[in-house]
Amino acid sequence: MVVQTPGVGPVATAPSGQLSLGWWTRAAVHAGLVTAGLSRRLGLGAGSIIGGRVTLVLDRHALRHLAAGRRVVLVSGTNGKTTTSHLVAAAVRTAGRVAHNAGGSNMADGAVAALAEARDAEYAVLEVDELHLAAVAEAVDPAVVVLLNLTRDQLDRATEVGAIASAVGGALARHPGTVVVANADDPMVVSAAKSATRSVWVAAGASWLGDATSCPRCGNTLTFTEPGWQCSCGLARPAPDWWIEGSKACTADAVLPLDIRLPGQVNRSNAAMAIAAACAVGVPADQAAAALREVDVVAGRYAVVHRGEQELRMLLAKNPAGWAGMLSILGEPRPLLVIINAREADGRDTSWLWDVPFEQFGSRQVVASGERAADLGVRLSYAGLEHRTVADPLAALKALPAGQIDVVANYTAFHQFRRRLGREREVAG
Amino acid sequence: MSGESTVAIGLLLPDVLGTYSDAGNATILAQRLRWRGIAAEIRTITARDVPPTGCAVYLLGGGEDTAQLFAADWLRRHDQLRRTLETSAVTLAVCAGLQILGRSMTDSKGKHYPGLGLLDISTAPGRQRAVGEVIASCAVPGVGSLTGFENHRGVTTLGPDIAPLGRVVTGTGNGTREGGRHRGEGVLTERIIGTYLHGPVLARNPALADHILQQATGQILPALELPDQAALRQTYLRGHAVSG
Ligand SMILES: [Zn+2]
Repeated sequence: MVVQTPGVGPVATAPSGQLSLGWWTRAAVHAGLVTAGLSRRLGLGAGSIIGGRVTLVLDRHALRHLAAGRRVVLVSGTNGKTTTSHLVAAAVRTAGRVAHNAGGSNMADGAVAALAEARDAEYAVLEVDELHLAAVAEAVDPAVVVLLNLTRDQLDRATEVGAIASAVGGALARHPGTVVVANADDPMVVSAAKSATRSVWVAAGASWLGDATSCPRCGNTLTFTEPGWQCSCGLARPAPDWWIEGSKACTADAVLPLDIRLPGQVNRSNAAMAIAAACAVGVPADQAAAALREVDVVAGRYAVVHRGEQELRMLLAKNPAGWAGMLSILGEPRPLLVIINAREADGRDTSWLWDVPFEQFGSRQVVASGERAADLGVRLSYAGLEHRTVADPLAALKALPAGQIDVVANYTAFHQFRRRLGREREVAG
Repeated sequence: MSGESTVAIGLLLPDVLGTYSDAGNATILAQRLRWRGIAAEIRTITARDVPPTGCAVYLLGGGEDTAQLFAADWLRRHDQLRRTLETSAVTLAVCAGLQILGRSMTDSKGKHYPGLGLLDISTAPGRQRAVGEVIASCAVPGVGSLTGFENHRGVTTLGPDIAPLGRVVTGTGNGTREGGRHRGEGVLTERIIGTYLHGPVLARNPALADHILQQATGQILPALELPDQAALRQTYLRGHAVSG
């Protein structure tokens, strides 16, 4: 079964052959790759960010040059971009070689590093931070931009969501060849994507509309009438080209199984967006859908870690919208370890914990942990959730029983905890 | 649904001024009453509603610029509510909510807008955004140090007969000096408490929550020990007076 991609005209074939770069970009890329290798050998991490940064310092047009001649898919939004970019990459890989910033370094340097490390890939799937999407899109002239959702993320980031949406809208208007695959259920996304010449609308759902009850265009209160929403100024939910029915992704003339290994409704939405995006670069829909089964762990998320008698399912949620999506993942009431930090990358302000609907978590054993365990503990008490508070996450595990445990952490807490579990294993041999 | 003895807490415009999770203040006030055996209910009042005037406490939160002007306009249109805030209820107004209750606001382009005029204050944009932790010593007896997170560009000037909620120890607060000496944070009148502190402010400063509840109910409330509360205050007030 070959599905005609809705909303998009004929798809150009991917270019082939070696991509040519000017000598200066070549030298800058080489310097970046050498730095990345050196950084890895010195044990300073994956090296891609520092390598990309070196390349960009030497050639600030490196991104444009490295992307030239490839079919680039940019994946952006406040939540789900790492997961969705992995799903898109899996789908597009069935059609050719793919450069992908799989580790989640999602600014220009991460994109440069991913492109430099896969010079012969004719496709690129790049996760891009929503604050950097407009600039990256200007540089790479993407074939497809995937816009998942735009909600408030870290409260201490000065940029308002509306400003991000209008910057993205401006970039899309300047690239008439770009297809935007956008979430029709998110008013902020729709207001940004409206300016694109070619759009594919996916009814991907919106798990949290805390920032979107007023119109992003005129400020008036939106009217929500399932499944639609509209404003008196005319902004309204577009008719979707793709929608989800149970565990199937549907278009007007096709029904595809969303047979994925990642848990929760939120990931079925990500999968539908990924299939639509892969179709927009010419991958047959059924071929794309089948490839999504390959994805089970995404940059450490959803991994199951066995530690003694305990089986830890590792989950990441970093803002109210992410947590709202988490509710569909934490189906059965397993014991829960929540780890919260408030470092630079997390946002210094912990106020957002008060927009997480902890009241809906029902009765389960909960331990509050992390550098802001006390903030979380106070929040849980007011939500009526009985819990224990143990700031050190490894010590916190001792307060939980044997068997399956869900671990939900925000950004730096997640990575710290993973590293500590990893180090424990190395020591244990 | 509420009986005579139920304390109603009016959460004003969470759909407009809900950017900084200040709605948590409503949860905190209601729970602190319930834990003491006093019935409480939260009335969520959106821009579509005709606001009830029978609440004992009203809450206004922080929001972005367009939202702030929309909220000011909405409040001006509901004169009954305005009179309630002026004469009978207790109000906690945070950030944009505080600015709205003043005499005037100026936007980043220099355009002036009238506020509700309940407080003799005026707000204009400062040179740069104030973002970060604040510690202030609170003027309400027994509250001690206030802790919160500020994120605003507003500089608020107080009239001669209105006092700040506290004196800034670290952070920016109002961005002006009271009587030309101490840097002030927020405002404190008999009926209105205004502050720049998010957190939400009452999660971090339970003594301020109880002050509001005692003002609103006229009752002396027994002390309440909450797990993690002392540790939370210790996190933010390390090295400063922690009482309250
Ligand atoms: Zn509108």
